[in-house]
Amino acid sequence: MSGTKSIHLVDTTLRDGSHAISHQYTAEQIATIAAGLDAAGVEYIEVSHGDGLAGSSINYGRSAISEEEMLKAASSVIKKGTLTVLLLPGIGTQEDLEMAIHYGAKAVRVATHVTEADIAQQHIAMAKKMGLKTFGFLMLSHMASPEKIVEQAKLFESYGADVIYVADSAGAMLPEDVKARIGAVVNTVSVPVGFHAHNNLTLATANSLAAIEAGASYIDGTCRGLGAGAGNCQIEALVGVLNKKGYQTGVDLYKIMDVAEGLVEPIMHRPQVVRNSAFMLGYAGVYSSFLLHADRAAAKFNLDPRDILVELGNKKMVGGQEDMIIDVAYQLAKKRGA
Amino acid sequence: MEKVKVAVIGPGNIGSDLMYKIFRSEHLEMALMTGIVESEGIKRARNLGIKTSTEGVQAVLADEEIKIVFDATGAKPHLQHAPLLKAAGKIAIDLTPAAVGPYVVPCVNLDQVETEPNLNMVTCGGQATVPIVYAINQVSKVKYAEIVACISSKSAGPGTRQNIDEFTQTTAKALTVVGGAEKAKALIVLNPADPPLMMTDTVYVEVENPDEQAILASVEAMVKQVQSYVPGYRLRVPPIIEGNRVTAIIEIEGAGDFLPKYSGNLDIITSAAIAVAEKLASKILKKGEVA
Repeated sequence: MSGTKSIHLVDTTLRDGSHAISHQYTAEQIATIAAGLDAAGVEYIEVSHGDGLAGSSINYGRSAISEEEMLKAASSVIKKGTLTVLLLPGIGTQEDLEMAIHYGAKAVRVATHVTEADIAQQHIAMAKKMGLKTFGFLMLSHMASPEKIVEQAKLFESYGADVIYVADSAGAMLPEDVKARIGAVVNTVSVPVGFHAHNNLTLATANSLAAIEAGASYIDGTCRGLGAGAGNCQIEALVGVLNKKGYQTGVDLYKIMDVAEGLVEPIMHRPQVVRNSAFMLGYAGVYSSFLLHADRAAAKFNLDPRDILVELGNKKMVGGQEDMIIDVAYQLAKKRGA
Repeated sequence: MEKVKVAVIGPGNIGSDLMYKIFRSEHLEMALMTGIVESEGIKRARNLGIKTSTEGVQAVLADEEIKIVFDATGAKPHLQHAPLLKAAGKIAIDLTPAAVGPYVVPCVNLDQVETEPNLNMVTCGGQATVPIVYAINQVSKVKYAEIVACISSKSAGPGTRQNIDEFTQTTAKALTVVGGAEKAKALIVLNPADPPLMMTDTVYVEVENPDEQAILASVEAMVKQVQSYVPGYRLRVPPIIEGNRVTAIIEIEGAGDFLPKYSGNLDIITSAAIAVAEKLASKILKKGEVA
């Protein structure tokens, strides 16, 4: 392999990382971290509620500050990088995207469940019309076959997406699962392909490498791995690993390490380690954002969070169904009590 | 018993389900199924002995005896149909997002809007959740309501998929305008699980000084009222109260008239539309307007 291949990095510490701190970023924290990421050379800096624009809610958890304030804080400091937002149709709307553009967003990732790409047609078309770099983002990709993913990726491409992402939102894939899915999409679409990992099975970095080997050229990460479930691919480590592999990312290793250790680590609510319930997310194939909600429901209904997560996996719950954690916990507790 | 003649515009899934429900109605007579092209739905109606047309709204306007018209087309066509139907003195029950007339949720505000010439059926999520928010608001002032509607991917047609923002915006608006919440938010999730999941709707509200017993009683009474026209409407998780927050989960099993039982989302809106039409029809019959 040639030693000059470029990998585009998307840092989502200020979006996926928001799950791990229950969406409590302050404007100052966002400005400091975004400035650090930008100075380190990160190409895409994603800032949104963990569940995307307009995600601040009872169901997903309320943000400490408004999305306008978040984006203002980030756009005021980003000089080289691209301020990116996440939008999940069904949660955020085109109006929310207009607001984000007004406050400086230059790229958007429009995310749907892996089988539901067609709900994003309007949003992708609008983003393109407004001149944004537009990503189509397929969530919970472990739940669909490579053939199905190819079909959905082609829909995104037909709507105008500039990049197609395959996201392992449950951190449930093994490297061969990643290769099969990324490889199939790379072989079919003419736009670049990206991969978003979660570390629930401790495979985030290994899976990101597998994705690159299969042809992915966009990879997600977060400082210290901060993110839903067991977290994401740890970006400062990934930069080092990619350096060793001979890929170019444009990111300065020491600078990104300093952002992780100096700026992100001090505000973390807990170390981003693979605890039992986080591991179970990957093992049972459950959306990583469910973790803290399941822990809370377990405490409330006096249950083992692992039982709740396994039941959510059995029921094939998808991203955004945090409300069903209450339902499952209630039904389990009722059964126990009966 | 005398019946009021009704027409359905739009012979798709919703229109066909309406037709089967009209067959069972005491007060409504299925007089016409009309579309703009020959289709499966038109053929189905014709085979059942129903008069059909591919002349769209014109066929409705041509029949003076038709008093109530269900519009199951789309927002754009309904904007054209609405003034024509009104001029012809026909009541329009609008199952599209056009919302020319006021929102109606039968168990909540039908009495207040029953003289309107055009009534909008909100969304499936609105029909399922507005009654709960309204019931809670009767006993504890609702400051904020938030709902999560989960429907099976199979029961989400192209209309819903291509206009998903309309669902969240319309539903949120109905939660305030009809449900009485000061502020509201709606979320929708499509779940592709197979076999398909039943429709579930989670309602979260924030209230002032929740009175647990009063909330439970009010919600349970409301569920019974909705069940009178949507028999598959059930309280899956009864109201849980934590601080000033109330959480309840509803599930809706469809009647299986034309659409499969998991399509509770479609069933609740067609059932609600029929409930509205029956009320209006019984009024018309009482007045003796039918020749």
